[in-house]
Amino acid sequence: MSVQTLADRRVLMKGNEAIAEAAIRAGVQAYFGYPITPQSEISEYMARRLPSAGGVFLQAESEVAAINMVYGASGAGARVMTSTSSPGISLMQEGLSYLVGSELPCVVVNIMRGGPGLGNIAPSQADYFQATKSAGHGDGRNLVLAPSTIQEAADLTILAFDLADRYRNPVMILGDGYLGQMMEPVVFPDGQAPRPAPAWATTGAREGPVRLINSIYLEPDSLEAHNLHLQEKYRRMRAEVRVEAYKMDDAEIGVAAYGIAARVVRSAVDRARAKGVRAGLLRPISVYPFPSEAFADAAEHVRGILAVELSAGEMVEDVRLAVNGRVPVRFFGRMGGAVPTPPELLGRIEQALREVSL
Amino acid sequence: MKQVFARPRTLAETPFTYCPGCTHGVAHRLVAEAIDDLGVRGRTIGVASVGCSVFSYNFFNLDFQQAAHGRAPAVATGIKRVLPDRVVFTYQGDGDLAAIGTAEIVHAANRGEPITVIFVNNAVYGMTGGQMAPTTLLGMRTTTTPFGRDPRLAGYPIHVVELLSSLGGVAYLARVALSGVAQIHKAKKAIRRAFQVQLDGKGFSLVEVLSTCPVTWGMQPVEALRWLEEHMIPAFPLGEFVTPETRERA
Repeated sequence: MSVQTLADRRVLMKGNEAIAEAAIRAGVQAYFGYPITPQSEISEYMARRLPSAGGVFLQAESEVAAINMVYGASGAGARVMTSTSSPGISLMQEGLSYLVGSELPCVVVNIMRGGPGLGNIAPSQADYFQATKSAGHGDGRNLVLAPSTIQEAADLTILAFDLADRYRNPVMILGDGYLGQMMEPVVFPDGQAPRPAPAWATTGAREGPVRLINSIYLEPDSLEAHNLHLQEKYRRMRAEVRVEAYKMDDAEIGVAAYGIAARVVRSAVDRARAKGVRAGLLRPISVYPFPSEAFADAAEHVRGILAVELSAGEMVEDVRLAVNGRVPVRFFGRMGGAVPTPPELLGRIEQALREVSL
Repeated sequence: MKQVFARPRTLAETPFTYCPGCTHGVAHRLVAEAIDDLGVRGRTIGVASVGCSVFSYNFFNLDFQQAAHGRAPAVATGIKRVLPDRVVFTYQGDGDLAAIGTAEIVHAANRGEPITVIFVNNAVYGMTGGQMAPTTLLGMRTTTTPFGRDPRLAGYPIHVVELLSSLGGVAYLARVALSGVAQIHKAKKAIRRAFQVQLDGKGFSLVEVLSTCPVTWGMQPVEALRWLEEHMIPAFPLGEFVTPETRERA
């Protein structure tokens, strides 16, 4: 048998399908979801492929039910996943809070679309606050990974399962309609065997001690202790900070962008460089925990930072917190599914550099 | 000396914290006896809901998950789908199951999830202090129907067993009452049968248990049992509504 080269193993796939295949390679044992554009291909792929891979596929009656099925299956010791798009995440907020409170691992994929309300089905990054600032009510957090290519979407999905287990916490893959719908070549690792149920899982007590999956702590002291434990865990999660610096070494203007927006920024940075404008891209891959140190370090040598998002300006707040006034931070965003072009961004980069150089 | 009465192994050695005269304790015991009788304690997983029975996991010597309000059937679905050889049951009150959790119970039943649901109907929200439940009787006074439940404003009591009986996935539906020894015996049989239906892989099973809430009803425990007999049972007829046999005939 000949040794396959990396190129031989490449397949051309939609982002949504690549995420689903990556989850199967990661040994996902159950998927629960409710159809919503622009991510329904994840459900469809799982319906087609997961049963023959030994897993459970179930179309839930709502996102509310789907996330609670995730809760039950995770509590029963399975590697489990759901996927949805923005309005569905709103409905899952309740369940996410219970998952965080009960310390249950799972992977939640959010292929963002335009809002507010029903909005539209076009690509958007308008749910950054919702994803990164709280997992539902009550001080909870999920780890949030924001891929920028289809390959990265696949790789981060596999990583997400491991991080969810490591921290006993939901991990969110934060993508957008472009990432879900566009096709790129992707290489998958070999599949993993399903992991055994953890010792804490409620699988039936046999003759041993009974186990409980729970988020109630009625006494204030015990609930505070539980919260302190969770906060300590979120501090440990800072080890999972991931960030890419592109042409930042000698940059005068740093552009902050994540996910699909970073793809356009990268092209604009190349155009700027071709004109002799020293621009660079600083791309958070983990948006919670946010790579604050990388931005603080960048603030030591750039004249200013321009944040670019497909939103009214959400991540820019984390950039400002990280930079802490050391250099000016500007913002440019498009909304409702509108995406800036590289020439449009080049103009914004040059304008921002002029403003911060005054 | 021959032992004639003991704590079921499935009940934990924790005193019940329910109000005096509340029938939750009886319902818990019947569930525990059924699980003991069937010899499945070590492979049973319970799902607690939100309401007075929110702490029911404290009283069962079983692996348990605590579900969000109304979501117990979805949580149970998640457990049962990944552990199909285990016994999975939910324990839910009327507000949890028939108001906020209506979608979850209807779809779990319709999918024929092989889980068992113990549905405690006492016609009132007990834990939050006696507000109107979806099963509150017409004319019944609660803190949110202070002049009696008026159907023009608040609709009608929901008959869960009848509502679910049209669904294809349902294998066993019964309504029982905890109003006296004879009724408790019938309740015990129904609950045991519901678990047996699950073990046989027949589909979804649910037992609605008519219960009392003396404190929020403003009655003495014995008076509450009488009120249950005189008002609840006429409004919510008892019996087996769906069995695997009636399903096969249909």
